[in-house]
Amino acid sequence: MSTSYDEATEGKVYSVNGADWDQVVSNVRDSDDERLVINMGPQHPSTHGVLRLVLTLDGETVTEARGVIGYLHTGIEKNMEYRTWTQGTTFVTRMDYLSPIFNEAAYCMSVEKLLGIEDRIPARAQAIRVMMMELNRISSHLVAMGTFGMELGATTPFLFGYRDRELVMDLFEYITGLRMNHAYVRPGGVSVDLPAGAVDKVGEFLKEMPKRIKDIRKLLDENPVYVRRTKDVGYLDLTGCMALGVTGPILRAAGLPWDLRKSQPYCGYETYDFEVATERGCDVFSRYLVRMREMEESLKIVEQALDRIAGPLKGDPVMIEDKKIGWPAQLALGPDGFGNSPDHIAHIMGSSMEALIHHFKLVTEGFRVPAGQAYAPIESPKGELGAHVVSDGGTRPYRVHFREPSFTNLQSFPAMAEGGQVADVIAAVASIDPVMGGVDR
Amino acid sequence: MTSPDNLPEVPDAGVPPVPPAPPEQPIARRGMFGTNDSGDTSGYGGLVVRRAPQLSTPRPYGGYFDELVDILALDDAIERVVVDRGELTLHVKRERLVEVCQKLRDDPALRFELSLGVSGVHYPHLAGEELHAVIHLCSITHNRRVRVEASAPDADPHIPSTVGVYPGHDWHEREAYDFFGIIFDGHPALTRIMMPDDWDGHPQRKDYPLGGIPVEYRGATVPAPDERRSYS
Repeated sequence: MSTSYDEATEGKVYSVNGADWDQVVSNVRDSDDERLVINMGPQHPSTHGVLRLVLTLDGETVTEARGVIGYLHTGIEKNMEYRTWTQGTTFVTRMDYLSPIFNEAAYCMSVEKLLGIEDRIPARAQAIRVMMMELNRISSHLVAMGTFGMELGATTPFLFGYRDRELVMDLFEYITGLRMNHAYVRPGGVSVDLPAGAVDKVGEFLKEMPKRIKDIRKLLDENPVYVRRTKDVGYLDLTGCMALGVTGPILRAAGLPWDLRKSQPYCGYETYDFEVATERGCDVFSRYLVRMREMEESLKIVEQALDRIAGPLKGDPVMIEDKKIGWPAQLALGPDGFGNSPDHIAHIMGSSMEALIHHFKLVTEGFRVPAGQAYAPIESPKGELGAHVVSDGGTRPYRVHFREPSFTNLQSFPAMAEGGQVADVIAAVASIDPVMGGVDR
Repeated sequence: MTSPDNLPEVPDAGVPPVPPAPPEQPIARRGMFGTNDSGDTSGYGGLVVRRAPQLSTPRPYGGYFDELVDILALDDAIERVVVDRGELTLHVKRERLVEVCQKLRDDPALRFELSLGVSGVHYPHLAGEELHAVIHLCSITHNRRVRVEASAPDADPHIPSTVGVYPGHDWHEREAYDFFGIIFDGHPALTRIMMPDDWDGHPQRKDYPLGGIPVEYRGATVPAPDERRSYS
C-alpha cells in the first residue's frame, strides 16, 4: 500500500527545513523545475487547529492539494462503547466543540429513536433544545466569521466575532453551567430547566445581537479588500457539492435551499417561522453571506422559542415523565455556585428506600435500549450532522458513529483550491469552517 | 362401580401438531447484572436473553419503502429488507453493492444523489458477516432516506469501493478501513486516515481493547473503563 520516499518523488528533491536562505537559493538555482511541495500545518495559525495541508505549487498556483487529518483523533466513538447511554452525551459534546449542543441533540435524538420515545419528549424540552441550538448556531457562525477575517489578514472581524460570541457563551454558562462541553441535552429531554432570570437574559441578548451582526456586516459586506479576497474564490458548484456529499452553508451558497430544519423537520422546527438563506455565487463570499443571513434567521427562531418557553410552556417538565429513562435529580444552582438537588437528596436519603435504589440503578447501571440501529440527522451550523447509533440491547452503546459535516466538507477543499493561488487556499479552507475536533473525533 | 363418565377426559390420538420451534438465536446475555463473582440474590441469575433474529421484514413495509424496493427491482442482490423505527435498511450482497448504489443514485424515480458516508460496525457474534459497512443515502429530489448495508466476513474483509458512485466516500472508506480493517476494493488510495500509518490493528473492532489505566484515589483504585463492571 505504501510507496517509499524515492518512488513517490520524481527528479531531484530538495528538502528545506529552515536552513540558511542563501544556501537554499544556491541549491535550487541550477534547477529549472518550479514545482514546490509545501507543508502547511499541522501547526499553522490559519489551518483551524491541527490540519495539515500538502500543497504542490507551480509558482503561486496550487496544482495539487491534499489534506491530512487525524492529529486530533481522540477515540470518542470507541470510548462511548464503554460508558452508559447517558454518559455518551458528555463525550459527543466534545466532538465539534464549537457546536456542542448540536452534537448532543443529534445523539440524544438517535437514542430516543432507538427507545421509541420521540413522541413523548416534553414540548418545553423541545423548545429549549431549539433555542439552545439556534444560539449555538449564532456562536458557531461568529467564530467562523471571526477566524475567517483573521486568516485573511484582518484582526477586527476576529475581535468582533469573539466579542459577540461571548454574549452567547455567557448565556450558555448561565443556563447549563458551562461555556462549552455542556452535556445539557440528555436522552429524554434536557438536564435542567432554565434557571430564574434566563428568559430575561435571552431577551436582552435578542435586543443586543442584531446590532452586533449589523456591525460585522458593515465591516465586511462591502469591504473592497474582503470582497476581492473572497468573491469567485473557492468555487464549488451544486454538482461538486452533491458528488462530495457537501451540506450546510456551502451547499446553500451553491443555490440549493436544502436545510433539514425545513425539509425533514425535527424538534418541532416545522412550527417555527424562518427562511432558508441561499446564494448563487458558489464562492467564499456567498458562504459568508449565507452564514450572516442564517444568524439573523436564528435570532428569529430564538425569539419564537423564547416566547413559547416563557408563555404557554411555562412550568412544563423538561424531561420525559418515564422514570425508567428520565434522570431522577433536577439540579439547580446553589448559593455555593455548585449544582445540586436538595429536594431529591432529601427524598432518596431520608424518606424512600425504593427511590434510592432506583436512583442508584439508573445512574450507575443506566437504562437499556432495545437492539437495533437508528440514524438521526440534524442541520448543524456546518451541515448535516447525523448520529448513527447501534444498540445490542444493553446499557451501553454498541457503536456510535457521527456523520460529521466538517469531516465530509473538508474533503472538498482540493476541489476548491486546486488551480487557484496559495492565498486562496486559506480562504477556501476557512469558508468550509472545519473544526478539527469534529473532523477527527 | 365407577362409571367411565366420571373419569377425566383423556385426549385421544388427535393431538394437534406442535408448530416447529423457531431456530434458537445465539445467547446475548445471561443473568441480569453481568456479575459472575457473587451469589445471585436477585432471582434473575437464570435469565437468558437471546439476540433478535435476523429476519426480513414482511411486506408491506409502509410509507414509500414498498415503492422504493419495487423500483429498485434488484431482489436477487438484496439479502434482507429491514424496516425498523421508521427507517428502511437494505442488506445488500457485497458483490452487488456498487450496482445497487449506482441504480439508487441514477434511477430518476430513486435519485439518492446525496450520500452521508460510510460507517463501519463490527459484530463478532455474526459468523460469516462480522464486518458491516453502513451507507446512509438521502434523496433531495424525493426527500427520502435509505440505509444500505453490506457485510464481509472477518476472514475475507473485502467490500467493493463505492467511491466511483459517490466520490465523497473517499475519506469515509478510509476511515472504515482504518477503524475496522474493511478493505474497500477499488478505492483510489486506501490508507489510514485517523491513526498513524504504522499503527497496528484496527481500533474500533470489538476485539481491540480500549486500553486505559486504573486510577488511584485516596487509597481506592478505580479500574480502567473497559475493566469496570458491565451490565449488558
